[in-house]
Amino acid sequence: MQRIGVFVCWCGSNIAGTVDVKAVAEALKNEPGVVFSTDYQYMCSQAGQDIIKNAIKEHNLSGIVVCSCSPRMHEQTFRKTAQAAGLNPYMVEISNIREQCSWVHKDMEKGTEKAIILGKAAIAKVNLNAPLTPGESPVTKRALVIGGGIAGIQTALDIADAGFPVDIVETKPTIGGKMAQLDKTFPTLDCAACILTPKMVDAGQSDKIRIFSYSEVSQVKGFVGNFDVTIKKKARYVKEDLCTGCGLCTEKCPQKKVPNEFNLGMDNRRAIYIPFAQAVPKVATIDADYCTMLKSGKCGVCSKVCTAGAIDYTQKDEYIEEKYGAIVVATGYNPISMDKFDEYAYNQSKDVITSLEFERLTNAAGPTAGKLLRPSDNKHPHTIVFVQCVGSRCANCAEKGKEYCSKICCMYTAKHAMLTRDKYPDTDVYVFYIDVRTPGKSFDEFYRRAVEEYGVHYIKGMVGKIAPEGDVLKVQASDLINNKQIHIDADLVVLAAAIEPDKSARPLATMLTASMDTNDFFTEAHPKLRPVESPTAGVFLSGACQGPKDIPETVAQAGAAASKVIGLLAKDKLMGNPCVAHSNELMCNGCSSCERVCPYGAITYSDKEFRMPDRTVAIRRVASVNEAVCQGCGACTVACPSGAMDLKGFANNQIVAEVDAICK
Amino acid sequence: MQKINSTMLIEKAAQLLENGTADRVLGWKKGEFDYDITPAVFNSVDQIKKEFVFGDFCGANLSKYLVKETRKGDGKVAVFLKPCDTYSFNQLLTEKRFDREKVYAVGISCEGMADIFKVKQIAGDGIVSVSSDGENVKVETLYDGEKTIKLSDVIAERCINCKSRKCVAYDELMGEEGEIIDSDRFDMVSKIESMSEDERFGFWQNELSKCIRCNACRNVCPACTCEKCVFDNPDSCAQNKAPADSFEEKMFHIIRAFHVAGRCTDCGECSRVCPQNIPLHLLNRKFIKDIDTFYGEYQAGAQVGSRAPLVDYTEGDIEPGEAVMKGESENA
Repeated sequence: MQRIGVFVCWCGSNIAGTVDVKAVAEALKNEPGVVFSTDYQYMCSQAGQDIIKNAIKEHNLSGIVVCSCSPRMHEQTFRKTAQAAGLNPYMVEISNIREQCSWVHKDMEKGTEKAIILGKAAIAKVNLNAPLTPGESPVTKRALVIGGGIAGIQTALDIADAGFPVDIVETKPTIGGKMAQLDKTFPTLDCAACILTPKMVDAGQSDKIRIFSYSEVSQVKGFVGNFDVTIKKKARYVKEDLCTGCGLCTEKCPQKKVPNEFNLGMDNRRAIYIPFAQAVPKVATIDADYCTMLKSGKCGVCSKVCTAGAIDYTQKDEYIEEKYGAIVVATGYNPISMDKFDEYAYNQSKDVITSLEFERLTNAAGPTAGKLLRPSDNKHPHTIVFVQCVGSRCANCAEKGKEYCSKICCMYTAKHAMLTRDKYPDTDVYVFYIDVRTPGKSFDEFYRRAVEEYGVHYIKGMVGKIAPEGDVLKVQASDLINNKQIHIDADLVVLAAAIEPDKSARPLATMLTASMDTNDFFTEAHPKLRPVESPTAGVFLSGACQGPKDIPETVAQAGAAASKVIGLLAKDKLMGNPCVAHSNELMCNGCSSCERVCPYGAITYSDKEFRMPDRTVAIRRVASVNEAVCQGCGACTVACPSGAMDLKGFANNQIVAEVDAICK
Repeated sequence: MQKINSTMLIEKAAQLLENGTADRVLGWKKGEFDYDITPAVFNSVDQIKKEFVFGDFCGANLSKYLVKETRKGDGKVAVFLKPCDTYSFNQLLTEKRFDREKVYAVGISCEGMADIFKVKQIAGDGIVSVSSDGENVKVETLYDGEKTIKLSDVIAERCINCKSRKCVAYDELMGEEGEIIDSDRFDMVSKIESMSEDERFGFWQNELSKCIRCNACRNVCPACTCEKCVFDNPDSCAQNKAPADSFEEKMFHIIRAFHVAGRCTDCGECSRVCPQNIPLHLLNRKFIKDIDTFYGEYQAGAQVGSRAPLVDYTEGDIEPGEAVMKGESENA
């Protein structure tokens, strides 16, 4: 029989305001196994912890129940308290009477009744607890960064700087991501390439960083400290070690009609290409969808002109297996498709473009060499309308847009408007907005400059319809402040498209068993206190894959993710979780159900000899669990038909005892 | 094609022992009554000739007996399997419950078995003897003397709604290679689904309250081959969910249905052996129907090694919330 102590916390008035804590302590005194019960204002305080420690010693307690806040807050605290008093930390159970009781109730009587029931459940469980000891596992001192945009690059640079090897996996032929496509950056108006390319070069030159470009993560197994990852290096038909990046092949390739994705399809590239001049690695890639040689076997021009002999039409996808201690997700974002926004005529007129396309149009390396010319007739536009929140903050149009604010659009639109007025003062610029949101350092000042110094017409109201008519775009909009309808004949319309997580994020989350929100943004372990960690141990988040972010925020988060990775890789061993599965061989049928559902590959089978109930001897196939690999998810215990699989610390009988205590 | 009869199987069983293909045979022998024919292991040709029987009351599925029989020493066990039994056979192999190498499986074609409950409904109680010539069933009862009933009138429900006349596993096939049938086996489930909540509860309350907890359904079920059943295991927390009161009585059958969900091949043995004639197979069929609806058609035991949807994950899987909503709207 256990000797259980019960400690009821007031949490100031957080609990005591709605729960009669003294009554709870009194009621739980008579539960089976309970030999001591008390209450205190703040159990997590030093004085509160001392009460627990003293009671453990004085009453020779074998288990304790703390009725307090969520175990996510203070389970660790009280486990350490118990350990300091000589009790096994896994003999501590938390009964959550704050988040799950006092905070959701207003009626003292009902709150108290429920708190008592929750306490009884925890006591029922502790009665069946047994001391547990965690195992240890080694840490592979290498990190994987998935995504090679500014977030991934910064994370990799910081990890490498601390001396740990790190690999970047990037699906495109070069790292750089969205930032490489931008022209200037708000609010300082530095040229994006000028501040990004030194970092790309650093990453390319670092002896600690390996870049797997044109590659994807195809499989992830294992757990924190010991991930086994398979990386698919897609065939680029160019030997990376031989290619010098001279670019001769990209000039001679006869296939000239390939839409250039780097310029968002606004101009063409060849079938063999280097995305942009500062690409890292500066290696050509053959686009198999367009290459005549790969499709029909007739051509071979690039191979003939390549002096390095780097072209290899027979190259196959290659799979690389590598071990990592930590994984950082930096898969970034994309603007949403404009297909469903017929009212803005994006698909009807070439002169309705997205903001990212506008970036390319104003960039010196873009399709117009930096001259602002409208796509339909290459003429200079004299009236430009910017439409904000296209698909963002779409509370009642969720089928085509997003409910959230994309965060970066207000600022880049102010930048676009300001730069246009600066370079082409003869241009009228209108910005239609719901609200202008500028909460960032020097952000509001920036926006004010656009309005006050550069004379951008900001109009509160949304555009209802855009209709191409002749060579103008008829823009119909409402001006909410003056309460009137406005009609503008625009030469160019720029849509601030909402941003969404990259499509690769969801399958990746499945591989990593990392959780996502309804918008497919990765979820952080705690929205305030653990913003760069995913709830899956060893998986960290960097950049816009976790939520819309501008460059300064992305870089800050990238550094934070790197510091978490460094903290993990600096350890030689990790303490495991002792709440792992184990198999009762006498009951195991050997049916393999558990093995099939185990996401960690922790279960193996062997044939063993057993004395059967009828005194015969039989050889049976039975499961055993590798405790170092098991993460205690419990999937096997549910799949096991005979109940042979059970989870230490969360045994079936403990959970049923809790349910019974609640339902009694 | 001639219907498989007792003589043919006795000959085959004897031959398998004589030529050394197997050193014991799993078949059927007469029980206490003519209609209650039981599974049996035959070790000698003499015994086969004396006791082996086969006929329209040989509904018993022999596949489950392989689990224990194959553990008894070396040598092969020959077994006769009707089409529905071969699904159980495959499912047991999927769950690695016996060694395929130790079995010689003889698939036998089948046109349906008789249901003694239906015979009793027509002929009355007190059956002294019963025999079938493949078309008619002759019944002699204590009270009414002899009666002749058409065999087609007493075919078991599970055979009327037969899902497959095709043997999906065998080393040797006797009779015709049948076909998988698009049966109406889910009609009754749909009918129960369309009941109001109260009606449905009433239906199961009425049926399950007849249960005497004899465990026959569990003991005969080919999916219930656990080394130790959770209902016999004090540590499983399910033990008390069996006989304590009318609520927990229902829990026994519901827990059992959950345990075999995704593994049940719908062989119908549970309902055949139930002395209280409870249509237990309907619980299992409800699961099969739901699995088919939510994850696409899946027949347990159709192949060895197939991954049942409930213990498999694919990215296309329905979200639990959607499944609940779908279920609610269908039953609304």
